[in-house]
Amino acid sequence: MPIGKNVSRKEGAEKLNGEARYVDDIVLEGMLYGKTIRSTVPRGLIKSVKFDSAYDWSGIVIADYRDIPGNNFVALIVNDQPLLAQSEIRHCEEPILLIAAETKQEVQQAARYIRIEYEELPPVLTIDDSLKCEPKIYGDDNIYKRLCISRGDLVAGFRDADLIIEGEYRVPHQEQLYIETQGMIAIPGKGTMTVMGSMQCPYYVHRALKQSFNLSDEQAIVIQTTTGGGFGGKEEYPSMIAGHAALLALKSQRPVKMIYDRAEDIAATTKRHPGIIRHRTGVKRNGRLVASEIDIIFDGGAYVTLTPVVLSRGSIHSPGPYACDHVCINARAVATNTPPNGAFRGFGAPQVAFAYEMQMEKIAVTLGLDPLELRRINMLREGDITATGQRLNWSVGSEDVMTAAVEKSNYLAKREQYRIDNESIGSKRRGIGLSFFFHGAAFTGSGEEKMKAKAGLEVTPEGKVRVLSGSTEIGQGTQTIFGQIVSSEMGIEFQQVEIEVPDTSRVPDSGPTVASRTCMIVGRVLQLAAREIKEKLILFTAERHGEANVNLIDGRYIANGKVLAGFSQVAREYLSIHGELRVFANYVNPPGISWNEDTYSGDAYPVYSWGVDVAEVEVDPETYEIKLVKITTAQDVGRAIHPLLVEGQIEGGTLQAAGYGLLEELHWDRGRIVNNRLTNYIIPTSLDAPEMETIIIEKEYPHGPFGAKGVGELPMDGPAPAIAAAVFNATGAFISELPVTPERLHAAMEKRDYEKTENNETNESIN
Amino acid sequence: MKIAMKVNSHQVEIDVNGMKRLLDVLREDLRLTGTKEGCGEGECGACSVIIDGRVINSCLVPVCQMQEATITTVEGIAKDGRLDPLQQAFLLFGGAQCGICTPGMLIAARALLDINPNPTTEEIRESIAGNLCRCTGYTKIIEAIEHAANSTSDRSI
Amino acid sequence: MTATEITHSPKTLAETYALLADRHENCRIIAGGTDLMVLHNAQMLQSTEYIDIWGLDELRGVTDETDWIRIGALTTYSELINSPVIRRAIPPLVEASKTIGAVQIQNRGTIGGNIVNASPAGDTLPVLAVFDAEIELGSGRGRRLVDFNQFYTAYRETVLEPDELLLAVRVAKLREGESSFFYKAGTRRAQAISKVVIAARASLKNHVIESIKIALGSVAATVIRARITEGLLLNSSLSNELIEEARRTISMEIMPITDVRSTEHYRRTVTANLLAKFLRQLI
Repeated sequence: MPIGKNVSRKEGAEKLNGEARYVDDIVLEGMLYGKTIRSTVPRGLIKSVKFDSAYDWSGIVIADYRDIPGNNFVALIVNDQPLLAQSEIRHCEEPILLIAAETKQEVQQAARYIRIEYEELPPVLTIDDSLKCEPKIYGDDNIYKRLCISRGDLVAGFRDADLIIEGEYRVPHQEQLYIETQGMIAIPGKGTMTVMGSMQCPYYVHRALKQSFNLSDEQAIVIQTTTGGGFGGKEEYPSMIAGHAALLALKSQRPVKMIYDRAEDIAATTKRHPGIIRHRTGVKRNGRLVASEIDIIFDGGAYVTLTPVVLSRGSIHSPGPYACDHVCINARAVATNTPPNGAFRGFGAPQVAFAYEMQMEKIAVTLGLDPLELRRINMLREGDITATGQRLNWSVGSEDVMTAAVEKSNYLAKREQYRIDNESIGSKRRGIGLSFFFHGAAFTGSGEEKMKAKAGLEVTPEGKVRVLSGSTEIGQGTQTIFGQIVSSEMGIEFQQVEIEVPDTSRVPDSGPTVASRTCMIVGRVLQLAAREIKEKLILFTAERHGEANVNLIDGRYIANGKVLAGFSQVAREYLSIHGELRVFANYVNPPGISWNEDTYSGDAYPVYSWGVDVAEVEVDPETYEIKLVKITTAQDVGRAIHPLLVEGQIEGGTLQAAGYGLLEELHWDRGRIVNNRLTNYIIPTSLDAPEMETIIIEKEYPHGPFGAKGVGELPMDGPAPAIAAAVFNATGAFISELPVTPERLHAAMEKRDYEKTENNETNESIN
Repeated sequence: MKIAMKVNSHQVEIDVNGMKRLLDVLREDLRLTGTKEGCGEGECGACSVIIDGRVINSCLVPVCQMQEATITTVEGIAKDGRLDPLQQAFLLFGGAQCGICTPGMLIAARALLDINPNPTTEEIRESIAGNLCRCTGYTKIIEAIEHAANSTSDRSI
Repeated sequence: MTATEITHSPKTLAETYALLADRHENCRIIAGGTDLMVLHNAQMLQSTEYIDIWGLDELRGVTDETDWIRIGALTTYSELINSPVIRRAIPPLVEASKTIGAVQIQNRGTIGGNIVNASPAGDTLPVLAVFDAEIELGSGRGRRLVDFNQFYTAYRETVLEPDELLLAVRVAKLREGESSFFYKAGTRRAQAISKVVIAARASLKNHVIESIKIALGSVAATVIRARITEGLLLNSSLSNELIEEARRTISMEIMPITDVRSTEHYRRTVTANLLAKFLRQLI
């Protein structure tokens, strides 16, 4: 049985020999190349659009908002974002026009001859300006969404506290930086529109196309091509570029390819929501948390997109994986005239995790407690209640991950060793820090219940089993684990399972490939479908062979120790008699899960995954450069269907989050990103990557496939605070804003030195 | 401009604008789409190819400089349609997730092992420092290359 | 970029000089392409004509000419890193080359390109500045030598005439008893543009600084020599007090800015710290 085995990646060979076809590798007869003409001002009205007569426009296809047959919006939650701007501009890079030509060179040339004039309006560019309503750009108060989560009696909690500790934490934008940029090809048909390209959610694109082009379910066809990374950046954005390619295809009646170059991709597409998170925590001298007041503000950018959901997840995770009886969380998402922010691995949780873990560091040093001890005193364990009032009934690997990571990293001994090492002048400063974090798997609240994810299996003419699901492979291993789950459940070989291409004309809507839900939710649905097909075929075989007690093991039907037939032979026989065999199943929540959308209380997620990161750094006291030496991590994923893939998610997510913690920063000039090239938006190279020690903990989730829950996003939550804690340990400089750059460290160390001189103190001080 | 060069052991002749990027010549004129574009500025390494034994970003090479050059792309690594030991190591060790950086990584690894068949871990890390990966965190890529170096006597290209 | 770009790939210097003699504003020279092609790919060049000098083998080669090392303009960073001559005679040039990009860039980027690109952040430039480099320029009118420290006139501007080609650079060798230093504080550990880059060279006799040269990149409009700081240190007795004074002096001598990569304050402090580090190593 392949569960727990590192079988070869289903689509591995083609990715290794250069044959995998990503969207830009596809060339079609008569294909045109499209380009988006975008706003160069952050806020204003379009006064005029001029096509310079010096250019020969006869070979150029031009489309604007008037060419959209259906609704001029990109269907998502609130439908406020236009597919193409009509007159109002709300952010730099907002799409206004589309053009297409025979070659890439021609379309780039033509773009130069378009002049757009704007009547500029004063923009809101920061959270602070937005809150002041200077000016008002959305509704009455520039606020997209408000949320409040409350438990117990905050006032009583603070009264009971021995000490109250406050902290303000700032987190920046982050670019997903998938190495394959956004791209789509649209192909017009007779009354149909087919769009293929790089995406995570074919059915999101499908819904958007139907709305903008007045197409039925069958007329809109969306197909995912081999996708070079998503990380959430290809969750909702593809609907925009798909709509653009489709509009040009409709107008020209020819296939149209649109591929963003890196500069456009960074400048125009969604980013991680930046935010300001304030904590006010009441604690007892012994370290117990008794009251937690949290204020969260996220910057949603110019349109709503997925902001309410990001705010939701961020709010629910904001108290951290700690027990506290009195909690009050107020969260707001504000509008600014910047490109809309959207999904990025973690989806609100990495932002609040930096805040809650740095707040714990602050509390620890204030109380004179070891940071590890403080976590042990307050960590959530099985049976505890969360801030939303959810009782943690199952699969709580909190203590396991804490023990494993602390032991494996030799945390306590190293902390002491580094303290001694740092006493010698002139040497590099060494530090070790930890973070403890959790991540709710699958959609928040009643999301999965409403979605009713559908997936199924069909028997193929060759006698194999084909998975039918809208879930996409984006590198994380979807195809492989689906193969493992189905073959294990059925008792056939891994090679006997195929995965259908995510094509909306062929597969059902299993929900988007996001929220760490693909294995836990869709894998579970496939497990149920597999059970049903298995039973049907066992019954069939039993009848045909006149045997009772038939089993299917390793692809063979066996009864009374005798092999009756091979699976594919039986499957083909079944088809020859019955024509087809196709089984679908829908997701149903485990019993006893309930969520109240109005009071924002109850079971926020069916289950949580848990993690601890221990980071070790070396700081150069002369250049303030920070070397990330090692990360030891223990992560509870329920069950590792494919340990190598799980490690891959953990290692990749950890480095992506290390980038968030140390390197990645967007620089803005009047609403425009200044560093939208890879020379200046820097992500970690192999030389920036730490030594990694990964421990997989399996605290089985009874309602996941073979005990599995979610892993995709958990690794993103821990590294930034673990690194900041390690830097704090190494230098005594407490940094409450990401990324922890040498410049910030330098400023913080100077401030700390100045305060030491001022106060004549020998303790570490925190601003 | 007429350019004659050797690509994956085949002699090719093309007639294109001299300033056309080698990357585009490979992908468009020769329909070898294994080599990818990730940034167009020589930062990500997804476009890496081997030219006369050296690993180079093909997005920065004008094809006018490729007269008589010997070029290897990812399509030239596998022999007779079977994955070579380096590619097999990537499969075994999880070196490829989304796969978009993989051709460049394989080329960088190939170039390293051709010159230095027994590299240290640090040398491997340095050899792929010009190849950005967002999925793997590099750990398994390095393990795969280490394994390929240790297990076989690699064939040069 | 238009479809009608003209490209010349001359095979000799004479051919090249003839092309350069008629050179107009929109004609660019292309060598390894690691700077130029980035601009070309981003459609930031108005050029319609290119002179590809990659085939000029006369511009290659590293030779020991006794009083100096002559490095051909087309010598790549990889060739510098692997050259036994450079490793022996100009170690900081090897260090600098290793910090540029990564192996793909090092295999194509040339020292000539680094020099004529004239970026204040060019990583080999501070090394050339402290190693008494002389630039060999050639044209149909003949050859001339230019002191490296006179080569740059303003931000990204050089004394190169439109019909001139950079042929080679002559670089002094590290002398017996001399110490050298190179450090680049970059944005990350590979493929990084420098925030501060420093090269230095000095010799000590009985605690007195007999000779000292310090050059910096990324802290002014061009690569600069820290002449005031050099003046302070030359013929002075090396002590902790002198090091502190040198830190203050260099801090005031440079003109760093705050940009997308770093801040003025960081650059000032780190430059001073790196100088102090070098001076302490001399003791």
